[in-house]
Amino acid sequence: MASEKKQVAMTGNEAVANAIRQINPDVMAAYPITPQTDIVQFYSTFAANGLVDTQMVTVESEHSAMSATVGASAAGSRAMTATSSQGLALMHEILHIASGFRLPIAMPVVNRAVSAPINIHCDHSDTMAALTTGWIQLYGESAQEAYDNMIQAVKIAEDPRVRLPVMVCYDGFITSHAVENLVLVPDDAVKAFVGEYKSEYGLFDFEKPITFGPLVLPDYFSELKAQQSDAMLAAKEVILEVAEEYEKISGRKYGYFEAYKLDDAERVIVVLSSAAGTTKAVVDELRAAGEKVGLLKPRVLRPFPAEELVKALSGAKVVAVMDRAETFSTQGGQLFAEIRSAFYEASKKPLIKNYIFGLGGRDTTTSDIRKVYEELKKDQERGSVDRKVTHLDVRV
Amino acid sequence: MSNLVEIRWHARGGQGAKTASTLLAESALSAGKYVQGFPEYGPERMGAPILAFNRIGDEPITIHSNVDSPDVVMVLDPSLIGPVNVAEGLKEGGVIVVNTDLDPESVREKLGAGGNYTVATVDASGIAVATIGRDIPNTPMIGALLKLREFLPFESFMERMRIDLERKFQGRKGVVEGNINAMRRAYQEVKQA
Repeated sequence: MASEKKQVAMTGNEAVANAIRQINPDVMAAYPITPQTDIVQFYSTFAANGLVDTQMVTVESEHSAMSATVGASAAGSRAMTATSSQGLALMHEILHIASGFRLPIAMPVVNRAVSAPINIHCDHSDTMAALTTGWIQLYGESAQEAYDNMIQAVKIAEDPRVRLPVMVCYDGFITSHAVENLVLVPDDAVKAFVGEYKSEYGLFDFEKPITFGPLVLPDYFSELKAQQSDAMLAAKEVILEVAEEYEKISGRKYGYFEAYKLDDAERVIVVLSSAAGTTKAVVDELRAAGEKVGLLKPRVLRPFPAEELVKALSGAKVVAVMDRAETFSTQGGQLFAEIRSAFYEASKKPLIKNYIFGLGGRDTTTSDIRKVYEELKKDQERGSVDRKVTHLDVRV
Repeated sequence: MSNLVEIRWHARGGQGAKTASTLLAESALSAGKYVQGFPEYGPERMGAPILAFNRIGDEPITIHSNVDSPDVVMVLDPSLIGPVNVAEGLKEGGVIVVNTDLDPESVREKLGAGGNYTVATVDASGIAVATIGRDIPNTPMIGALLKLREFLPFESFMERMRIDLERKFQGRKGVVEGNINAMRRAYQEVKQA
């Protein structure tokens, strides 16, 4: 029975809107039409009902939503927005400005396919295209994880060692619009956890005047980018510290990834977000039949925890990395490329293959996952992978 | 996952299947269950065939795909039988509940031969018109479901449902009572074969 703690039924978006309500940011800017999510719709109700002090700013596009958020954050306030799909694509230019200005903006991104063809459903092509924008990226499997990541994101972003923006990614419709169980942290505990935001460099700090957005020529540009990279490296430590602190108020553990029945696993699937939940059910079933299978579900893609992933996967014989987005490199998905590259120096390497799956919301079922484990078994017996990159469940 | 019940709703846009799956999930959660309730989003037009899903069980649910082998199929519009293979993947020993004034035998004929499952019928539209005043057959279908699959004790579930409906229809007491009555009537009137 679901009774240990007060369980509530919410969609992923409702849960994240509640996390933001508890965080109570100073400014929330949003483009109020699709591909905006109903996070902002829920949130505007909270604002209208006086549950938060947030200044809501509705704007004419996502480019403007991120620009307004950047402005508000540079002014020294805690500022947020939310987006999805084409919306993230449209704000791409300003994503670089947010990270380049070192603004600690936390933004939920509901993962959805990017057109064309037009499609509203889940895949990861929106945030995969934003991996090089200097934002930290956290991915969550469920409404619970989306909620938990949202609260932690604020604290990670605002840590003085980091001061980088964070995307909180979770699956469109599958997580964002499905009602499921979760447990909220009490309002006052979240409030104390995130604390009051005091920006170190704000435009309204007249004692310590500062300029945002000056011209920086070749003499200093590289230094600033190297500093951003250093901050990303520092985030690795901060992410774990924040997770540890969050566990104290929530009882839930987080790290760079979740290792599910991985210890003695020979055949392992690596997959992000909701599909990892479906994979867990298959792992349980195959384990009950004596199969040595496991799952690794990455949570943090930026910074990329290469060493830790290699260590966690080093006992495996064959690994399937599953990507919910194409790169069109013809060499597989982004997660695959990065994990494979991470193994370059490793003395012990598993066989590694790639599946591109679930594009545009194609349903990924337990039988799809079962099929992947079956193919991994054949690869293991053969001692080589039959195909480096496979599009799963695609008609030929 | 021994007690997991998987439900697939077939309806037309506007009949309230999404609301039904959400309400069922919320009330089942209040009764101490682990739940999922979600629609399949498509072109959201009134009258277009749509799907919604529930999973309800005693343990945390991690599967995040559509329900393709349901224990229960709920058909809110009988005209979907034929154009849509509503019984597809229905588990052996499962049940299909159809909103119609026909008897279960006639519906079984329409569904075609084969299939080791129970067919149940309830005039959810007729009940909805009589109790709520509009042809919104979603809540009476939940009433019928609870008769056929007692995965939740009816009276305590109805208490939870009242709270959820009161929250949803704030201040519209008639609507809440109408829905409660509709569910009770459907619970009594559902027939199976």
